[in-house]
Amino acid sequence: MSAPRTPTPVIDAPSLGELLAAGRHVPGHRPWPRSVVDADAWTLAAECLAQGGITLLGLWGDAGAVHLALLEEPAGAIGVLSLHLAGREFPSVGELHAPAIRLERAIGDLYGLEAVGLPDARSWLDHGRWGLRHPLRDAYRAAAAVTPYSFLPVEGEHLHRIPVGPVHAGIIEPGHFRFTACGETIVRLEARLGYAHKGTEGLMAGADLARGALLAGRVSGDSAVAHALAFARAAESALELEPPRRAHWLRALMAELERLANHFGDIGAICNDAAFALLHAHCGVLREQVLRAADRGFGHRLMRDLVVPGGVARDLDRGGAALIADVVAAARRRFPQLVELYDNTASLQDRTVGTGILKPALARRFGAGGFVGRASGRAFDARRQPGYAPYGELDFDVPVLDAGDVNARVWIRIREVEQSLSLVGQILARLPSGPVHEAVPRAAAPGEGAALVEGFRGDILGWLRIGAGARIERCHLRDPSWFQWPLLEAAVEGNIVADFPLCNKSFNCSYSGHDL
Amino acid sequence: MRKLLFETLIRPPLTEGLAAADESAVAELAGRLDRAARERLGRSLAIRQVDAGSCNGCELEIHALNNAFYDLERFGLRFVASPRHADLLLVTGPVTHNMREALERTYAAMPAPKWVVAVGGCAKDGGCFAGSYAIAGGVSSAVPVDLHIPGCPPRPIEILRALLAFIA
Repeated sequence: MSAPRTPTPVIDAPSLGELLAAGRHVPGHRPWPRSVVDADAWTLAAECLAQGGITLLGLWGDAGAVHLALLEEPAGAIGVLSLHLAGREFPSVGELHAPAIRLERAIGDLYGLEAVGLPDARSWLDHGRWGLRHPLRDAYRAAAAVTPYSFLPVEGEHLHRIPVGPVHAGIIEPGHFRFTACGETIVRLEARLGYAHKGTEGLMAGADLARGALLAGRVSGDSAVAHALAFARAAESALELEPPRRAHWLRALMAELERLANHFGDIGAICNDAAFALLHAHCGVLREQVLRAADRGFGHRLMRDLVVPGGVARDLDRGGAALIADVVAAARRRFPQLVELYDNTASLQDRTVGTGILKPALARRFGAGGFVGRASGRAFDARRQPGYAPYGELDFDVPVLDAGDVNARVWIRIREVEQSLSLVGQILARLPSGPVHEAVPRAAAPGEGAALVEGFRGDILGWLRIGAGARIERCHLRDPSWFQWPLLEAAVEGNIVADFPLCNKSFNCSYSGHDL
Repeated sequence: MRKLLFETLIRPPLTEGLAAADESAVAELAGRLDRAARERLGRSLAIRQVDAGSCNGCELEIHALNNAFYDLERFGLRFVASPRHADLLLVTGPVTHNMREALERTYAAMPAPKWVVAVGGCAKDGGCFAGSYAIAGGVSSAVPVDLHIPGCPPRPIEILRALLAFIA
């Protein structure tokens, strides 16, 4: 580990448009522009990221190139910069802008591309157990070589370490947490992830769109709709395919049901981690009712394999719509009571208020999406900016708080539940009629597409390049957790070890979505 | 809080059997499972769950077994925090190379007699992730499997039904 370089201040920092204009425009990349830039422009973009003028949306490897997706707030302008590589090296973005560090470590593991200057050269997804190196580019066999992971050193008196995972005490995904504590207080938390790495991006390469959609729906089980939507929208952009109007509305219906189910589950689980089982039980009922309505309406509790390129795979009949409407109406009656209970239980508030504070500046720097960002003052919501159908025709608020503690993350979820209940009502009342799927043309021209959609956890970036015969050449799905996991480490600092489950659940980052 | 608790007292329970008729399968299961668990295991089957690399879909449905509708614990089935306390290992996911050792060590830490139940399509043979460089295979590629519950993910009721079939 070397110390990160202090970025040189950029005077008159260029806008995203100017950064893109500095390179060669790539035709056929939709809906946002992509430019091939040189190493200087690449580093200038990294300096702009460090300065905070633009936000990092994604950074991923490709055959002989690295791509950098950028967002300019508040306008919601998006663009992709690409750097073509003659060899294996590229200038590190993470050296200047910490949110890129783990992304570059992953690029190193999967592509064998080296980010020169990267302050953390340890492997991230590659635990030395695959039997090969650089699986996505010029893979070569290498005997499994498991070496102990060198956790960051912590120095000081009276410190002890607590290793947790990858097998946890509860029914949770696998990951390792290394705590360094001084008595009860967490001095440092370092997560080690990658245990759920399934090589999804490798399986995507060469797959047809149907298999791609299937894999996208399995990136993170709780975001089956959102990831499939990011994939489908990116594919549709690449193919210049417009799904029927009803399909857009049904997708939004599914996405909001997914948000409701997850938020109900999370609110209950956070309270449960503060030993308040009553709310857990009641929220569990609401969650189950939403999942059952989804099952009746769409044939699958998690609404898996329903969002596909071209539209949706199954229409919603009147009976299903009526059932969903009933469940939402019932939740509207029941939920306020639970909110009141949360708000008026002093012993519960004692645990959540002031716990696990994420400072707004850090949330902004990492471009934290979802309730993590919105509880720390970052109002970004992909449904608004850049926005996508049918949200422009729907009425909803994006709640924002500044406190950044567990309590604020609970309240953002509460407010989002209210918004989603309203959205489901609006969608059902105004659901357009007509077909729900537009066939993907067999002889589709090659193209590149990107999409940004709002999952319950935050914005998901989908990017793919489609080659001859509508085969996927490269697909990258960036889960919001990439930028939220490092923030959890910052938020728990100075808290007691016993509050970690509470903080962790309030973030509820995805392991599988991150590990891919 | 008193109002909510009072309402809960006077409302009929949500636990299946008193709910809609088409869900009465759960009630039937409840009776059978209860008898079987008492006979075989003295009303106690401790389950340790391990995610060997799943997408988390199966975990969500396993979680649901604890909600008021399924109320797993009424059958004497309960999830425990340590493999040392477990009779049954419930494993989800394709086994990733990165999780294989952790799964094997969890199994090894369980006292005999012990059983393994694999949950979900991936747990059978890797599912849609089979063939990936990062996947060792299904659960049986790492530990001996006694029962497999298909589905992507299986519904909670299907997991419950399979657990019944297993201990009956």
